[in-house]
Amino acid sequence: MSEALLAVNGLGKRFGGFVALDGITLDVIRGERVGLIGPNGSGKSTLVNCLCGTLRNESGTVRFDGRAMDGLPAHQRTRLGMARSFQLPRPFASLSVAENVRIPLIYAVNARPGRRLGEREIDARCDALLGMVGLAPKARQRPRDLSQVEMRKLELARAMAAEPKLLIADEAMAGLSHSEVDDILALLRRLNERGITVILIEHIMRAVMSFSERLVVLVAGRKIADGIPDEVIRNPEVEKAYLGE
Amino acid sequence: MSSRLFLLAALLVAAAVFMIGRWFRIDYVFFAGYKVLLYVVLATAWNMLGGYTGYVNFGTAAFFAMGAYSSVALTKYFAGFALPIPVLMIAGGIVSGIVGLGMGYLTLRLRGVYFSIATLALAVVVQTLVTNWDYVGGSRGAYMVRPAEAPVVGSYMQYLFLIMLALTVAAIATARAIERSKLGYGFASIRDDEAAAEASGVPTLRLKLVATALSGAFMGMAGAPYPYYVTYLDPTSGFSLAFAVNSIAMPLVGGMTNWVGPLIGALFLGSIQEAATVSTILGAHPEVNLLIVGLLLVSFVVAAPNGIVGLLEARLRAWRGP
Amino acid sequence: MDLSLDLLINAVVAGLLLGGFYAAVTVGVSISFGMLDIVNIAHPAFIMLGSYSAFLLNSALGLDPILASILMLPVFFLLGAIVYQVYYLAFERRGQESLRGLAFFFGLLFITEVALVLHFGVDYRFVDAPYIGPSLHLGLADLPLRMLVPCLVSLAMLGGLQLYLKRSFMGRAIAAVSQDPLALRLMAANPARVKLVAFALSIATASIAGALLIIIQPVEPSMGRDYIGRIFAICVLGGMGSFPGTLLAAMLLGVVESLTATFYGPSWAPAVAFGLLLLTLAVRPAGLLGR
Repeated sequence: MSEALLAVNGLGKRFGGFVALDGITLDVIRGERVGLIGPNGSGKSTLVNCLCGTLRNESGTVRFDGRAMDGLPAHQRTRLGMARSFQLPRPFASLSVAENVRIPLIYAVNARPGRRLGEREIDARCDALLGMVGLAPKARQRPRDLSQVEMRKLELARAMAAEPKLLIADEAMAGLSHSEVDDILALLRRLNERGITVILIEHIMRAVMSFSERLVVLVAGRKIADGIPDEVIRNPEVEKAYLGE
Repeated sequence: MSSRLFLLAALLVAAAVFMIGRWFRIDYVFFAGYKVLLYVVLATAWNMLGGYTGYVNFGTAAFFAMGAYSSVALTKYFAGFALPIPVLMIAGGIVSGIVGLGMGYLTLRLRGVYFSIATLALAVVVQTLVTNWDYVGGSRGAYMVRPAEAPVVGSYMQYLFLIMLALTVAAIATARAIERSKLGYGFASIRDDEAAAEASGVPTLRLKLVATALSGAFMGMAGAPYPYYVTYLDPTSGFSLAFAVNSIAMPLVGGMTNWVGPLIGALFLGSIQEAATVSTILGAHPEVNLLIVGLLLVSFVVAAPNGIVGLLEARLRAWRGP
Repeated sequence: MDLSLDLLINAVVAGLLLGGFYAAVTVGVSISFGMLDIVNIAHPAFIMLGSYSAFLLNSALGLDPILASILMLPVFFLLGAIVYQVYYLAFERRGQESLRGLAFFFGLLFITEVALVLHFGVDYRFVDAPYIGPSLHLGLADLPLRMLVPCLVSLAMLGGLQLYLKRSFMGRAIAAVSQDPLALRLMAANPARVKLVAFALSIATASIAGALLIIIQPVEPSMGRDYIGRIFAICVLGGMGSFPGTLLAAMLLGVVESLTATFYGPSWAPAVAFGLLLLTLAVRPAGLLGR
């Protein structure tokens, strides 16, 4: 019970000579709302990629739900309950919006031990997911017909479709209007209330501050702060990282 | 239309085609028809990997020739006894399927580009091995004597045509079944964005291996009867560049997203090439065939990426209105 | 024993000289694939064009093939620019490089080969030059000039290119363009234009490489295909875009091929490059000196 859902220990990642991540250690408790901030290029997306298995980390370990993740390919981590949305939306261009959301249902949810969803259940869930993000009217259309904002919502819906225990939202709100940001925040809060742990990576400070129970700050591949949001933003190093940009 | 219904319909069409051919009693129909059907199979098989998952295979000739040469080897092993062709096809399919699997396992974890280059390499390596393998004739080639009588239909050429027809139906039915299945969705997600597919729970490596093995197996099965068709098989003709080019050009020109494309592409390009071969004016240079195919390939890939099927679909959409 | 040593030494020497030449053949792809990430599998076709243009100028005007290839550099540069422009407009801009780009270059490779067959036929063509024939003798080793000269020219070309990439503005822009297009833009260089120049340069190298080829041996149109494997084997083995790596890998391949041909027979030679390629891809895709 007290073991963290996600336990990252000493995670390191290099690209040639460039050190993208330098010994990141981080714990996320079940049901937490964690915010992750940092200047551009600080390694946030690289961290997400390493956690989810899209990239291989050279050093350190990642434990999720009591299991070691080392060497597991991304699709297995998703099946075990980790889901992420991509910073730049990566929809399946030749499939319809509804089919985009269908893929995680048939490949992640149905791959888990236990009851398999039937065709009609899958259809129903696709509709529900699209409804939650407000894309239901566009279910039959192709991603290229969506606006940037709608594509971000699709990204989120696809991550949610995998029924994760941990959802990592990588800058899902970039470019959204004030009310749209609120919509997404409300959505993430609802998911959190259902028990889904959320890591929110964002630049929009008011969203991060209102959402997070805990705030982690990444600068140049290192974690420089980790704690209560109000305290963290008053940390002088954090101020320097943002003001000194 | 359910897959079973489609299969039935396809078999009926195939039977009709065969009966019409028999009615006309011109062996050339079967001879030329075999070639066209062969290309339909190769194009459809290629497309299972190339069109559905986006991984380009330049080594069609290797998989095809492995099927052909396993027929030669097996026939020789059984001391000239003509094994029934279905048996040879199964053997050819297994050999090519396994090689495809093996090569896929080595290279599919890398970028798609490396896989494609590896298939090029494979074609040359296999060709070199076969050229140096005297058991199957090496560079001198091997002769395969056609049995005088064929089961059921009498003429051996007609028998070969019938077999290829059956294989064509099987290939197309398989392609169509894949498209509509969970597997088809998985393939499409890999083609569209492999990283996103992985993140969505799709076991990309496993699916790619399935596609490679299926594709290779069908190519091997298409190759198995070939020695009996040509009666003389040597590495130069077995590994002909025409196979690689056509198996890529036909789906590209026809359309790569579904089973109809390779069929249309094969019929279209196959007929052009047959016509060019037959026509006395152009017939002097067999290379002109390939030039035409190459030009069409480049033109379509630049200007009409979705092939003939894509063009038709666009026309249909424009006609229907917004 | 005496005979074997002689054979061995000559095989190795021939391999090294051949390897030097192979580096010239590959350097174009080191640029287009290694630096620009454009899978130009049609590069051998351009090399064949280089061979045939050297042949034409040599047989019609009696020009030395190497000189002819240098004269043809602007033509090949222009050709490369045109090909890149088509590639860019059709594929790169739309972000669909991989499958269609490959098919495009494959089609080009193919069309070029067939066009050459239609125009020149399948007979072997060769050039006339004073250094084809005589050999230098160093102890046990025979250094045929027809192999030594291309090797030296190749090394000169590689050295020249290396210098260009390190010293000139455009050269450094080329080295940078694959790594950081944004920074490049901030330095007032247009990435698309830089890539155009780089690709055109890579095709220009084919002019010289082609001339070297026809000096070493007579050519016929389908020879290009044998070089695809060699080029990519060297490129991958040499670490993609590193010139020293390319040279090292090229010489390694040359020596292995030469030894295979000498002791096992020339019919096994094509498999060497491709087998090496498969092996490298399976075991160490980053290459010998890879990042």
